[in-house]
Amino acid sequence: MNALAARRRHPAAILLLLLLGLVATGGLYSLLAPKPAQAATATADDVNAGKMLFLANCATCHGLHAEGSKDAPSLAGVGAAAVDFQVGTGRMPLAGPGVQAAASKKIMFTDAQIASLAAYVASLSPGPAIPDDQYTKGDGNIAHGNELFKVNCAMCHNFAGSGGALTRGKYAPSLRNVTGTHIYEAMVSGPQSMPVFNDANLSPTDKNDIISYLHELDKNKNPGGMNLGNLGPVSEGMFIWVFGLGLMIGAAVWLGAKAA
Amino acid sequence: MSNAATPKGAAGLRAKDAKPSSAKGSGLAGWVDDRTGAAKPVSYLLKKVFPDHWSFMLGEIAMFSLIILLLTGTFLTFWFVPSAGQVIYNGSYVPLKGIAMSEAFKSTVDISFEVRGGLIIRQIHHWAALMFTVSITVHMFRVFFTGAFRKPREINWVIGTVLSLLAINEGFTGYSLPDDLLSGTGLRAAEGFMQSVPVVGSYLAYFVFGGAFPGEAIIPRLYTTHVLLLPALIVGLFTAHIVLVAVHKHTQYPGPGKTNDNVVGYPMMPVYMAKAGGFFFIVFGITTLMAALVTINPIWLYGPYNPSAVTAGAQPDWYMGFADGALRLFPGFFEFHVFGFTLSLNVFIPSLVVMPLLYGIAGAYPFIESWVTGDKREHHLLDRPRNAPARTGLGVMAISFYLILFFAAGNDLMAIKLGLSINDITRAFQILLIVVPPLAYWVTKRFCMSLQRHDRDLVLHGRETGRIVRTAEGAFFEVHQPLPEHQRWALVQHQSEKPLELTATVDANGVRRPGAFKERLRGKVSSFYFADSVDPVTPAELAAAHHDGSAHEAIEAPQEDAGQGWVGQLHGGAEERPETDAYAPHEHQHDHDHEVDPDSTTAR
Repeated sequence: MNALAARRRHPAAILLLLLLGLVATGGLYSLLAPKPAQAATATADDVNAGKMLFLANCATCHGLHAEGSKDAPSLAGVGAAAVDFQVGTGRMPLAGPGVQAAASKKIMFTDAQIASLAAYVASLSPGPAIPDDQYTKGDGNIAHGNELFKVNCAMCHNFAGSGGALTRGKYAPSLRNVTGTHIYEAMVSGPQSMPVFNDANLSPTDKNDIISYLHELDKNKNPGGMNLGNLGPVSEGMFIWVFGLGLMIGAAVWLGAKAA
Repeated sequence: MSNAATPKGAAGLRAKDAKPSSAKGSGLAGWVDDRTGAAKPVSYLLKKVFPDHWSFMLGEIAMFSLIILLLTGTFLTFWFVPSAGQVIYNGSYVPLKGIAMSEAFKSTVDISFEVRGGLIIRQIHHWAALMFTVSITVHMFRVFFTGAFRKPREINWVIGTVLSLLAINEGFTGYSLPDDLLSGTGLRAAEGFMQSVPVVGSYLAYFVFGGAFPGEAIIPRLYTTHVLLLPALIVGLFTAHIVLVAVHKHTQYPGPGKTNDNVVGYPMMPVYMAKAGGFFFIVFGITTLMAALVTINPIWLYGPYNPSAVTAGAQPDWYMGFADGALRLFPGFFEFHVFGFTLSLNVFIPSLVVMPLLYGIAGAYPFIESWVTGDKREHHLLDRPRNAPARTGLGVMAISFYLILFFAAGNDLMAIKLGLSINDITRAFQILLIVVPPLAYWVTKRFCMSLQRHDRDLVLHGRETGRIVRTAEGAFFEVHQPLPEHQRWALVQHQSEKPLELTATVDANGVRRPGAFKERLRGKVSSFYFADSVDPVTPAELAAAHHDGSAHEAIEAPQEDAGQGWVGQLHGGAEERPETDAYAPHEHQHDHDHEVDPDSTTAR
């Protein structure tokens, strides 16, 4: 201890202290700082981890270098957004062959693994990145989003985002309770039958407005009562024939049977 | 039906009326009568007798729904602005704030969110409209399957058919008024239908819309049609409908004491005053309950109409569904190009031909049937549907055709909810539309005939009591109990129908008679209706079955071996039963399956 104390005024001491401080700060930061889930900040390690995951889980169909096969498309240029959407909503890995990948409640990977996969696919060739938080929060202009939604989305997804049928068993899924990030990523990556809405079609602010409108629908305010799934006149017709007529005939039978 | 006044009928009730001359009245009623002479018709109405049955109330549901529609519709006109003028919304519904829309749409949104009680009145109006058309449809089914359209009620059937057609068009004009995304899409489709009319199509569309779609004219025009023209026609025809019911008197189901010349039931006052009055409040209550609990046509979600937008799952209200379904099923190769013009029969036929065709056939049916049967008598007793197997079969056939068109209109929702391909569903419906109706006819007719035979069985052999008796010899039999007379009556009262006999096609000189072809056709259709009809049990058959075992057995083939002493007791022959009883020990000894109707050409 004396030796250390004796050398405390050594010219190198200040350098050493500085070094120690930097190591401690850096170490603590790397331990405590929130880890960003952004592919943009991906490191080479992430890309490598992503490649391992890709080879183990995706390469069977998409090929060893994500070049695609007759069963699956090439992933060059789809970008991190497509990976985060497909894997993050449980569509990939595909549960089984079908006309279209269906969203699943069971997500097969952790957020970190999805980020690594996204980093790997994004490293193959440039594509749409995972969007910035400011455009997916859903704090935009609801009415403008409503207008844009009716013109661009309602023809497939229905006026209230309840979903709709496409040809040969394909469908536009329901948009209720989907995260803003996933809605945004779907617009920029155009999964399955969906067209791509790039920033020239719909600016990031426009996209945020649409997300805001959909989040407003998710609040389920239903001023008119039960919404019957917001499917339009078909469910209303079913209701009137089953419940309306059922109740009326029940009352008529009761009255008819009632003695004068 | 134990009302003491019942057997006397309305005439009996009226016999006790004071003569009008002696009714020079005191009090308010007398004052009114002295000035209007209303006492006589009112008392006639109040004493009018109606039969009691739940199915007679289906038309009442329609009548009460119409009243609800008139009341709530009037309320809505106070706030609705029938104009296509563009305004900017600045009301309380945030997702529409700042959006440009027509005054019609804005005022409908305001009725929903700003006018006190507006939303529930709007929803009552729309649910009542659906209930109106539903009840008209099932009322029509009841009238058809019970043969209530026969003479003298053919005109009333035609009026009813026209009313039904008017009602669905009134519905269409109504849901097109708010100018929301869905109704605008419907109007756009309607414009396409008009344009598909050969030669004059585009002129027709321009004429109706007052120029190019959508224009400013269509909403005011629809409004006048919806609140003035069609309601006036509906109320007028409905009044005629009701007056004719009063003139013809109500039909009744067959039963003891019910004939073609009487009406067995209760007088209007007080019984139906209470029942029908109460039913009005029940109908109003149920409609209001639905309106309070369940959203209908959430126009605020559809948003204002914008010709560049459309929504998935765009369907009309249910009563227009069959036309939409026809459009979805009709193959596209019916579009032709002739001399540089496009002939869109693929749109024209399903959208503009199918509806009048179906309604035309429905309206013409009473005349077709009376031509086939040659029956020009009056009918006030209803048929049980099973006793008219061909008619019931044809009715179910028509309904199955209609239903397939109806369900086809929801093919996209079926695809998404059942995880099927919309193309496969459409193809399947196309095939079903051709295959199912004849099949439905055949199955229904067979069902009816089986039920008729079961009725015969029941009349001749009585009810199986489930009581098994063991005789001294050790044989077992089940005791059958003859039907009480009033129940039996309902099963045997109807007429047996025979196909028309073919008359000679040539006259005495061997020359073709004029009109022979028509008669031959009529004979063919008649045998289609009645060739395999099952006759009701005749009194003679019943007597044979009950009293004169040997005479009845004479017509049985093959005869059972009478050597076995217990055979005669196989069913119903319990010793404790009186000698005159159908199943007393001396009873006939045939099996059910050997029942042969001596008059019928068809043995089972």
